[in-house]
This record gives sequence, C-alpha cells and structure tokens, in this order.
Amino acid sequence: MSKASNMPEMPGPPRWLAPAGWAGLVAFIAAQVTGFLISPPDRAMGNLQKIMYVHVPSAWVAMLGFFIVFVASLLYLWRRDLKHDRLAAATAEVSVLFTGLTLALGSIWGRPTWGIWWTWDPRLTSTAIMLLIYVGYLALRSFTEEEERRARWSATVGILGFLNVPIVYFSVKWWRTLHQVQTVDVTGAIGSSYAISLLINSVAFMIVFAWLVGMRTHVAGLERHREAWLEEQALTRSEAHV
Amino acid sequence: MSAELRRVGAIVWKDLTAERRTKANFNAVVFLAGLILLLFGFAIGPDGQTMELIAGGVLWLTVLFSGVLSFNRSYEQELENGALEMLLLYPGDRRSIFVGKLLANLLFVLLVEVVMVPLAAVLYDLPLWQHIGPLSLVLFLGTTGFVTLGTFYAAMASRLRAREVMLPLLLFPMLVPLLVGAVQATGGILNGDLMGSTASWLRLLVVFDVIFFVAALFAFEHVIED
Amino acid sequence: MALAGVARRFGRRWVLRGVDLVVQPGQVVVLTGRNGSGKTTLLRLVASLIRPSRGAIRVFGHDTVREGANVRPLVGILAHNAGIYDDLTAGENLIFSLRMAGQSARGAPISETLERVGLASFEFERVRGFSAGMRRRLGLARLLLRPPRLLLLDEPYASFDQDGIDLVNEFAVHTRSQGGTVLLSTHDLARAAGIPDWRAHIADGLISEVPLEDRFRRPAGGLA
Repeated sequence: MSKASNMPEMPGPPRWLAPAGWAGLVAFIAAQVTGFLISPPDRAMGNLQKIMYVHVPSAWVAMLGFFIVFVASLLYLWRRDLKHDRLAAATAEVSVLFTGLTLALGSIWGRPTWGIWWTWDPRLTSTAIMLLIYVGYLALRSFTEEEERRARWSATVGILGFLNVPIVYFSVKWWRTLHQVQTVDVTGAIGSSYAISLLINSVAFMIVFAWLVGMRTHVAGLERHREAWLEEQALTRSEAHV
Repeated sequence: MSAELRRVGAIVWKDLTAERRTKANFNAVVFLAGLILLLFGFAIGPDGQTMELIAGGVLWLTVLFSGVLSFNRSYEQELENGALEMLLLYPGDRRSIFVGKLLANLLFVLLVEVVMVPLAAVLYDLPLWQHIGPLSLVLFLGTTGFVTLGTFYAAMASRLRAREVMLPLLLFPMLVPLLVGAVQATGGILNGDLMGSTASWLRLLVVFDVIFFVAALFAFEHVIED
Repeated sequence: MALAGVARRFGRRWVLRGVDLVVQPGQVVVLTGRNGSGKTTLLRLVASLIRPSRGAIRVFGHDTVREGANVRPLVGILAHNAGIYDDLTAGENLIFSLRMAGQSARGAPISETLERVGLASFEFERVRGFSAGMRRRLGLARLLLRPPRLLLLDEPYASFDQDGIDLVNEFAVHTRSQGGTVLLSTHDLARAAGIPDWRAHIADGLISEVPLEDRFRRPAGGLA
C-alpha cells in the first residue's frame, strides 16, 4: 500500500494572534502593577477591594463572550459555514473559563467581607446560572459526534441560553430585593484612580480573551484541516476505512 | 393553515392515545410526585411552620422533578421504530410537530398536577380552595414554560447517549427565572397577597413563556432533523 | 431524479463516494449491492431525510436540501423500519398518517386498504404484537393510501412471503403505469424478476449501470 500523499500545509495562525498575545501579556502586567502599586487602597475595605479590578473585567469579558457565542450561533444557522461553529465553540470554552474565574474571585472577595463563601448576590448568582447553561452547551457538544448535528444543536442551545441572560438577571435581582437582603454595590465609590485601574484591567482582559479565543479557534481550524485531509484520503482510497 | 392544525391535532391525539394505552407511565409519574412531596416533608419538617413557608418551593420542585421524566419519553416512541423519520417525511411545517408534542406534554403534566397539588395541600396544610383561581393561573403559566423548554431540549437529549443526565443539565438552568417567579407568585397567593409583587411575578412568567415559545418554535426546525 | 457527485460519510467512513445517477419518470430501477454498500443511504438521501456530504440531488427538479419541502409530498419510502407506532392499532396508524399529510381521515378507505395488504382482520389490533412481515404490510398500506410519484423501496422483500412479494411488485408496476418512478433496492434480484427497466449496482461507494439479464428484465411490451 503506497503511502498516501502528504497533507497539504497547515494554515498558519492569523497574523494578529502573536502580537495580541504579547500585547495581552504586557497589558495584563501593566494592569496588575497599576492596580496593586499605584492606586490607593479603598477607604473601607483596604487592599481587598482590588480584587474587583480583576473580578469585574472578568465578568464583563465572559458576558461579551456569551454574546459572541450567540451571534456566531445565529450566523452558523443562517450560513451553515462551520467556521462560525468553531468560533462559537472556542468562545464558549474560554467564556466558561472566565466565568469560573469570576465566581471564584467573587467568592474570595466575599469571604473576608461578609464572613461567608457564597452570597446570593444577584450578579454572582446570575453568573453561576450562566456558567451552568454554557457547561450544558459544552456537554452537549462533547456527546454529539456528528459534526453537522453538533454544530446545529449547540447553535440552538447557545441562542436560547443567551436569550435567558437578561431574564435570569432581572428575576434573580427582584427575588433578592424583595426580601430586603443587603445588596452590595460592588463597584463602590468610583474615584478616578479606580476607574483607571478598572479600565486598564478591562482592556487587558479583553486582549487576553481575544488571544485565547483566537488560539482555540485556530487549533480547531487545524483539527478541521486535518480531518478534511483524512476525509479526502478516505474518499479516494477504496475500502473506505481510515 | 387548517392542514397544519390537523397535523398538530394528529400528534396530540397520537401521543395521548399511546399514553392512555400504557397508563403505567402516568401512574408512575404521579406516584413519584407523591413520593417526592413526602420526602421533602421528611427532609424539611416536622415543624409545621417551616413546612408552610417552603411549601411553594416544594410544590414547584416536585413539578419539575417528576415532569422532566415525561419529556424524553415523548420522543422515545418516535425513536423506537424509526417513526421520527416518517414524521419528518410528511409534507407540511415541521413546527407542527413541536406544537403537537408541546400540547400533549402540557396536558400530561397538568393532569399530574391535578392529582399532585391537592396532595401537597393536604401534606403541607395549604389553603388551596380559597385561592384556587389564581393558583390555577400560576400553575398553568409555570407549567407552560416548563413544558415548552422541556419539549424543546428533549428533542435533542432523547437522541444522546447520556439522555437522563443531559436533559436536566440543559433544561434546569434555563428554568431558574420560571422557578423563581412561580414560587414567589405561589407563595404570594397562598399568603393572600394578590396585588403588588404577585402580579409582577405573573408578568415575568408570561414574558418568559412567550419569549421561549417563540424561540423554541423557530429553533425546532434545526433540532428535529437527523 | 438526478444525483450528481453525491457523497456521504458517517464519521470517517465514506458510504457513497461520488454517485451520479439519473432516472427518468415512468421507470422502475432496481438497485443492487451487498449489505452495507450504501443502498439505504442512497434512498434516504433521495427522500431528503439526510443531506449529502458532497454533491447535490434533484428530485422532480427540486434540490433536496434547499427545497426539501417541495420534494417531500412527492416521495414515499418503505424502509426497513416501518416507522409505525406500537401502541396504536393498524387502523389508527393509517388514520394518523393521513392526518399528518394534512388530509381528513373521514371517509378514507382504511378498511379497504388494509384488506388489500391482507391485514383486514387486524384493523383494530395494536401493532405491538405484529410480526415483522405484518408491520411492513402496514407500511405498504400507508403508501397505498397516498401513492407517491417517486416510490422508494428499501429491501422490500425482507420478511415477506410470496404474497407480500407480489404485493410489492404489483405496487411498483402500478406506480410506473401512473407515470411514477420506482427505485427498488434489494440484494436478491430474483424476487424482482420481470419488473425493473434497468439496474444500477453500488459497489465501493460508487454506482454503475449493469446490464440486466433478460430473465430479470421487464418483458418488452409486457406487463404494463
């Protein structure tokens, strides 16, 4: 059996990926430096408040990610182009990661502040629910082997899941305020130094997020490239097993 | 249009007839619901006051846990003999299949509730008959949203290997607003607070039901294909 | 019906690898091939139940992927799995199928159709106890109620006694006489003797027209 022809060269990563990686690293370091060293400790909560500098951007970026999953899912159902599905899947994975991070940070912040590991704070609770919804999305993908079906099904789950985001948030918020539980204004007093730290961290997180999604999508693209080549090989060979 | 109604009616008739003939399933779900109510009682009681406080929550969790069993089953009869493929081959809008199954499941769960809710009233000492009107409304609104999403996700979950796990995993996080709204509204009604917050919660349920009915209806076409 | 460059894979295995096939209306084509050679897949692709991984299929001028809704009313398939409901009776299964097609079941020839396929006495019996042969007769009855213009028969002789085989062949011939088209897949050509106009053979995911031995071919000027 002669050796099959060599796989055509893998596409390289998109040009913006490597610079983004470096930029993200630099921005992230800069952000932490600003946060820890330059901005002053909070009046009431001291240095602990600085967790907010990473907790809040982490949450925003995760939410942005879910929005991207939503749009990519819609695009896939409309265009049936698998590259949208790859983007959706990669973004979902990274967003789930950041959501987990958000929850962990929120919990860490909560412990010294209120003495408990978990509070049913509306934002945190909504975030936990979103985490579960998208973990479900990823679980569905891992159980569905057929590529086209996986893309179609997870797209619908991604769309419905995102539609629920505002509903979940508002219903949990009403649920809490109804019972007069202390709702914490986590953003605190926004002085200019806070705003700057928050801003730099947000930018840093967005760049890191974009880099992670870019990497993951690229890897998925490489996997697809290899699959496509194997497909072609199987197609032209007789007795079609690979 | 009347052809589509006929199709919807056909599915409802078929699902209910098949269900009626194997009554075993309905009985099992009802008994399970009763069991869950009892278990909650043991877990949370015996203090009568505590039980009264959490009665709304217990009621709705029981609906969810027992109702979820009926959704996968609705698709299993299609998968049994390759009937799903035949369903897809009939001319006409495939969304009728969704509406038909939704209605059949809705009827099923509502019937389970007809037995289960009075039982809950007995076990948890609830003023059921005084507020039967508003209570029926909450039950209907909450169940509709539950069945809409359940019927939708089961179309996928029933065809996966880990179907018993996947359906709750996909479905339950999505139901949180519905659970919160239904429990709050139920609690409000049972405590006699008909105005104010209860109305807001009912509005939430309506919004939830409408949004997800429309979304699931449009997404169903993509899900039911092979 | 025209298939152009149609290929279909399941996972990494290519079942069909570039099939070209054209069938004119008013013909009965027999499709032969080993078990697992892709006959069922081909029929399902034509019925628009599944999409091709590559290539395109047109049925009566409509693309099966983009215009599936136009294809479906014209196609009928008798598959290996009859696709019926165990908890309904034979009659109810037929009533259901009529209603699902958007028609009223009132006044429909349910009993007559069941009699034609030899299931008259089972009209009010639940399908659950039916044998494989009975189930396929019911599937046939369903097709008889709404005769399609393109009839797809997937291993129609399986589980059938000679009566059943004759029923299938009668139906195929009748469909042709009405200007319809029949695609019949089988691994046992002898049973279809005298019916088909020509034969296509699937091997290795590819299709080829194979000359039909005279003893199998439809006699010229013979059965309508």
